[in-house]
Amino acid sequence: MTLPPFQRLLDAHAGDVMRFLVGVVGRDDADDAFQETLLSALRAYPRLEHADNLRAWLFTIAHRKATDVHRARARRPVPVGAVEERAATEEPDGGDWELVRRLPDRQRSVLTLRYAADLSHREIAAVLGCSEDASRRAAADGLKALRKELDP
Amino acid sequence: MTPLTPPTADPSAALARFAATAPADVVYALVDSPLGTLFLARTERGLVRLAYEDLHGGADPLLERLAAELSPRVVESPPRLDDVRRELDEYFAGRRKRFDIPVDMSLMRPFARRVLGVTARIPFGATSTYAKVAAEAGSPRAARAAGGALGSNPIAIVVPCHRVLGSTGTLHGYTGGLHRKQHLLELEGVMTQAM
Repeated sequence: MTLPPFQRLLDAHAGDVMRFLVGVVGRDDADDAFQETLLSALRAYPRLEHADNLRAWLFTIAHRKATDVHRARARRPVPVGAVEERAATEEPDGGDWELVRRLPDRQRSVLTLRYAADLSHREIAAVLGCSEDASRRAAADGLKALRKELDP
Repeated sequence: MTPLTPPTADPSAALARFAATAPADVVYALVDSPLGTLFLARTERGLVRLAYEDLHGGADPLLERLAAELSPRVVESPPRLDDVRRELDEYFAGRRKRFDIPVDMSLMRPFARRVLGVTARIPFGATSTYAKVAAEAGSPRAARAAGGALGSNPIAIVVPCHRVLGSTGTLHGYTGGLHRKQHLLELEGVMTQAM
């Protein structure tokens, strides 16, 4: 079994990984999470036993790094006012992703993987270790919660 | 309707930062030269590949081979090939006669390693022949096989297989095409017979 050159994964998926991380942890933390994701991936790469679904494998690592960032934040809460101010002034998407970041873990992960990184529900199921149905349900629930926030 | 618009994100700066220090086993770059685009790859040990990019259908097949024969941890990082590029620029500008960068012979089979090891010692501006190189490599009757080894030289220019000619001084053959062999020999001030 031969794995493709690692650079090929970067060429194919780095943009989506970056968009996922900007969506899921925010712009300020995305770059560090991106570096850590690629470093972990490169270290583990030669030990992979097959080259099936490398995209899902890479996003599994990115998702793990994003979860680390959220856990660290939960231990060191940021004042809500500061976050909202930053989101309103810096994000060209009008702060929608800032709202996504405050959703429960599963909904946040599914919405960013689906709409920031363009993964299918099948791929998301592989990344999160859940069923496609569970992924679809979490996306629907998350969108419903978002609509409530945006248009109360 | 898409309920959420993907955030804008350009990964190129972050990718360059990653590649600059990534613990890859092979790093590579494509660089311009008077002989066309060159593909350069190095390992921890030294320059492992220098190929004319157009002869191999682009960089992809070269990368595939590196991944299969050395390690799949292959990453593009032009800054990590800067010293090689600089030496090549100097060579093509006529300001360098010897390369100082170490070479990694991992992609050569044992016979090729002997033949190309002998070839590496032919100085700038000098030439040898397939028969002589074969003899010096310890296989005096293997001139044809030596030609094969030279033709598959993974480190063109720096391991100067262009300095090996047919026994009557003809150009004979070259991994990069005869016009390139001619160009390199002219650059080094060697007069060659017409093919």
